[in-house]
Amino acid sequence: MNSAEARLRELLLRGLAGDGTSYGRFLEALSTHLRAYLRKRLARLPDDVEDLVQESLLAVHNQRHTYAADQPLTAWVHAIAHYKLVDLLRRRAGREALHATLDETAEDEPGLFVASDADAADARRDLAVLLGRLPERMRLPIEHVKIEGLSIAEAARRTGMSEAAVKVGIHRGLKALAGMIRKKP
Amino acid sequence: MKTDDLISLLAAGPVAVETDAVTRRYSSALGWGALGALFLMTILLGVRPDFWAATALPMFWIKLGVPGALAAGALPAAMRLSTPGRRLGRLPVMLAVPVAAIWGLAVLALARAAPGEREALVFGSTWESCLAYVALLSLPLFAAALWAMKGLAPTRLVLAGAASGLLAGSVAALVYALHCPEMDAPFLATWYLLGIFLPTVAGALIGPPLLRW
Repeated sequence: MNSAEARLRELLLRGLAGDGTSYGRFLEALSTHLRAYLRKRLARLPDDVEDLVQESLLAVHNQRHTYAADQPLTAWVHAIAHYKLVDLLRRRAGREALHATLDETAEDEPGLFVASDADAADARRDLAVLLGRLPERMRLPIEHVKIEGLSIAEAARRTGMSEAAVKVGIHRGLKALAGMIRKKP
Repeated sequence: MKTDDLISLLAAGPVAVETDAVTRRYSSALGWGALGALFLMTILLGVRPDFWAATALPMFWIKLGVPGALAAGALPAAMRLSTPGRRLGRLPVMLAVPVAAIWGLAVLALARAAPGEREALVFGSTWESCLAYVALLSLPLFAAALWAMKGLAPTRLVLAGAASGLLAGSVAALVYALHCPEMDAPFLATWYLLGIFLPTVAGALIGPPLLRW
């Protein structure tokens, strides 16, 4: 097990237990590894790299409840990044071109945390615009809690929603965001 | 939005999650699905009248054992396929064992039988209803298994759908066996397995469009 795996796993597990600072550091480090991984595989579509980094980060966040502590983090992240990469290529190229170029083997997995790339290009797709298109019951909780930094209770008071509805709104909103990305490449 | 801003957004606010989501989802799915199948079986068919007498016969237990063993392999397979990066390991072999065993028993029974009796051993007297009811009883289980998977993150969608169908079909066959009066291995090896096979194929087909995320 390499040291990046151990360090990232530690940060993620603290994040899953509720430590937002560790979780943020996990996502930051992860983004550099994802960028290196995707840049190498999207050599012919360089403009899509940063979009796919963001899409993968959102997917990792939305699916974080499926990570089990006894599982290698590399394998889990790799499967998500690979899934999103295949999904993108499918949208771009159609099914035929796919199997020839993306016949990955398990040997690729350990590579994911080896390379990192902190040089973020601009994303082409603006997630802020997509967020603005969410219905209010999802958009307001995300804006208040995730962007302005209010607590769940404050956001509930501000919007007149219940605290449970605020939490559900955030959760569904981020899932809906991933759905919007998927439908409009 | 810059990637750093997205990271700040994702990390802000409460980020904790339940850590045993896979187990919890599959417990509810299997519980409710099996309850639905048992309910359908009870109102549509009823448990076989000689149930208690039948429990003394080895064939009764083989009849529960084959779909039971398939379900015991299909459940961990579906759970692993619901999580990114998990491997199936030896589960495909585990799933092949009950199939090979019942086929072995069937061949043995057919070889021993007189030529004129063989057709009756395969078709029994209820093969149509076996096929139809195993498929029907699998529906609540199928819906529940897909619900469980839909809330998780399968990345191999054909296999994931097939595992959901296999889980649904094998538990449905287990439930149907409580009603079914047939006691011959060739019948089980044909119609039970076909009944389980149908939802498995259906799952492989609807997996990719249904389970995407």
